Amino acid sequence: MTSRLSERPSSGDSGITTRSLKIVIAGGFAAGKTTFVESISEITPLTTEAPMTSLSLGVDDTGDVRTKTHTTVALDFGRITFNTSMLYLFGTPGQDRFWFMWDELVRGAVGAVVMVDTRRLADCFPALDFFDTHKVPYVIALNRFNGSLVHSTEAVREAVDIDPDTPIVAIDARNRADVKASLVAVVRHAIARRKANSP
Amino acid sequence: MDRPARFVRQFALTRGRVTSANDLALDTLVQATDLGRRDAARMAPQQRSIIELARTPLSVAEVSAHMGLHLGIARVLVSDLAVSEHLAVSTYVNDADGPDLSTLERLLDDLQAF
Repeated sequence: MTSRLSERPSSGDSGITTRSLKIVIAGGFAAGKTTFVESISEITPLTTEAPMTSLSLGVDDTGDVRTKTHTTVALDFGRITFNTSMLYLFGTPGQDRFWFMWDELVRGAVGAVVMVDTRRLADCFPALDFFDTHKVPYVIALNRFNGSLVHSTEAVREAVDIDPDTPIVAIDARNRADVKASLVAVVRHAIARRKANSP
Repeated sequence: MDRPARFVRQFALTRGRVTSANDLALDTLVQATDLGRRDAARMAPQQRSIIELARTPLSVAEVSAHMGLHLGIARVLVSDLAVSEHLAVSTYVNDADGPDLSTLERLLDDLQAF
């Protein structure tokens, strides 16, 4: 049903001719997600807060209802406006226990960029697992801290055990052209996936 | 402990409603209607602020961030304004597994030209 909606323009009831698209920016703590979004967003990145539900907090098992109600998860995001669409870049919340928010983030997303600090490679594994499980197309972006990589893209490819067609790019998250190239790589990868999955 | 008080206040803003008929995604776009702009002066401050923010299309996440409201609260306020036809809600909905091919190809062109 939604596919029909997505293929036809508004029937005139909403009058909004722009459509929204989103790409999720994931990665471990301090891997450069915020810098990445800042480098290309036309707006100063914003933060929205969502209260955690008591159900999600059940895993913490504090037994304190008030504590549960007041816990929030913060999402940072930026935006790029095109002629017919607005592209939102949503950073994932840093902690694994906020998985419930990831479900909403990836629903309908173009794809994801997984930011990796090669000094802490394992930090990206939970994100890779999540995107693989949810069949979200993603690229791995190795963030060059201080201009150099500790491990080459090929060494990382061997270490993380990903599909051979998953792009790995080396970037400086402060560099707008690098960030743009990462987003282009995600969209290209999403297109290739779409084509491969179409009869 | 100012958080509980803030919570109660935000809860009161939506007149006790915590769920919304509309399933508004983070990136669902909304825009003020002519009716919304006309009625804005008579609205409560929160609602008026949302109408002013939405002179051009913006996402539910942006409404939440600009207003300093929790996402769930922003969703309910936006939903109420949509029901009263003061806000239009985008009818473009991406499939759960992402946009269709032509949309992706257009995005690629847009990004490359950016």
